Amino acid sequence: MTLFYLGGDMVGVKIMDQEAIRRAVLRMAHEILEKNKGVDRLSLVGIRTRGVILAQRLKQAIHDIEGFDVPTGILDITLYRDDLTSVGAKPLVRETLIDFDITDLKIVLVDDVFFTGRTIRAALDALVDFGRPAIIQLAVLVDRGHRELPIRADFVGKNIPTTKSQDVKVILGESDGKDDEVILE
Amino acid sequence: MSWKHKHLLGLENLSRQDIELVLQTAKSFKEVSSRDIKKVPALRGKTVVTLFFEPSTRTRISFELAAKRLSADTLNIAVNVSSTSKGETLLDTARNIEAMNVDAMVVRHSSSGSVFLLAEGLKCSVVNAGDGCREHPTQALLDMFTLQEKFGRIEGLKVGIIGDILHSRVARSNIWGLTKLGAKVTVCGPATLMPRGIEAMGVDVCYDLKKVLKQSDAVIALRLQKERQQDKFLPSMREYSRLFGINQAKLNEGSDHLIVMHPGPTNRGVELSADVADGKQSVILDQVTNGVAVRMAVLYLVLGTRK
Repeated sequence: MTLFYLGGDMVGVKIMDQEAIRRAVLRMAHEILEKNKGVDRLSLVGIRTRGVILAQRLKQAIHDIEGFDVPTGILDITLYRDDLTSVGAKPLVRETLIDFDITDLKIVLVDDVFFTGRTIRAALDALVDFGRPAIIQLAVLVDRGHRELPIRADFVGKNIPTTKSQDVKVILGESDGKDDEVILE
Repeated sequence: MSWKHKHLLGLENLSRQDIELVLQTAKSFKEVSSRDIKKVPALRGKTVVTLFFEPSTRTRISFELAAKRLSADTLNIAVNVSSTSKGETLLDTARNIEAMNVDAMVVRHSSSGSVFLLAEGLKCSVVNAGDGCREHPTQALLDMFTLQEKFGRIEGLKVGIIGDILHSRVARSNIWGLTKLGAKVTVCGPATLMPRGIEAMGVDVCYDLKKVLKQSDAVIALRLQKERQQDKFLPSMREYSRLFGINQAKLNEGSDHLIVMHPGPTNRGVELSADVADGKQSVILDQVTNGVAVRMAVLYLVLGTRK
């Protein structure tokens, strides 16, 4: 574990590096295929922003294993947040792109950090507006605990015990322009 | 980039970034309207009132649908059934409606600037749906959204606005918005319906429709407001139609990628011939579709900036 200086008096701890993230994604891809018995009716939906990138990586990993491209969508949950009327300025709304019918599919929701569960609650509300999936499962890169809703993850890259005031940062090459890592600060 | 306006009164006082944020947000809302379940819970529990002192179908139902697709409750008040006919003032009417805990009021009124009076006198958000000859911001925003969709950009586009510029709030809002986003605007119409000094808004004036059709990427034909022609601005409708009405023959001599827009309702045979209004260069119905998305974006943004 590497301690490094982040400026000010904040010290971050690197929890996962590029290789660890790559292996975790690969393992989750295997687990998803095992649990769902292959790619039949399987699809991935990434939650903006970093869930989308992780969904793409899972899609690639599944392709490498099974030689099949599973349908992959993008979900923006802004309009379904339960704190929309209490936050000051409105968060930016971006597009949801699910160009396949999700009814009767096995959907794997993908997000980077699993914390209170409120994001996933919003994502579930959003998803059912698009159809009636056969089953919805949840894959997250980091589960940091502190659930406020009765929601759990089916596939977890890494469990990280945290205090509520800590911050878990997931950095991914595609969105952040530098090497993948997970930092706890 | 964040939105800081509680009201939307016009495009004159918005920055380029503000306008771009509305257009970007509207893109996401357009997707919502294409779903099977056309509703998101973003404004659940909010109340939006449309208060119209002038007749309107399109704009009012567009706002109503926009509010409903965001899960807000809506209430429509038209002037002929309200107590203004009993002598109540505009501000009193609005304050009474607001006292029932309304979150946003969408207002159309025949007096230019009336929305400023309301914005000052009310605690709720005010959205301008057309005030006199001054501004009609959501129409211009949906026009710009449509242009961006068709051309992929607004910067550098050549846009002609044709018709009764003098009385047109659509023209004014479009001029403010389009010039802020870097489009080149030319206004064209009868000299009697051309406001003096309009060049100061950063537009070119041209009295030759053919020339405008040739040089433009898009033209916005304005509705000839027959209800405002009482002062005899025009010798006759026929003359207007001959000089400034767009028909297929004139369009064929225009630029090959030209698109034709109209804020509606169309006077067929006056500003647009029927074959042009229904033709493949017309994007009139796309404008109507986009109007809902743009108004959803506006309601979402103004209702997020209170407290």
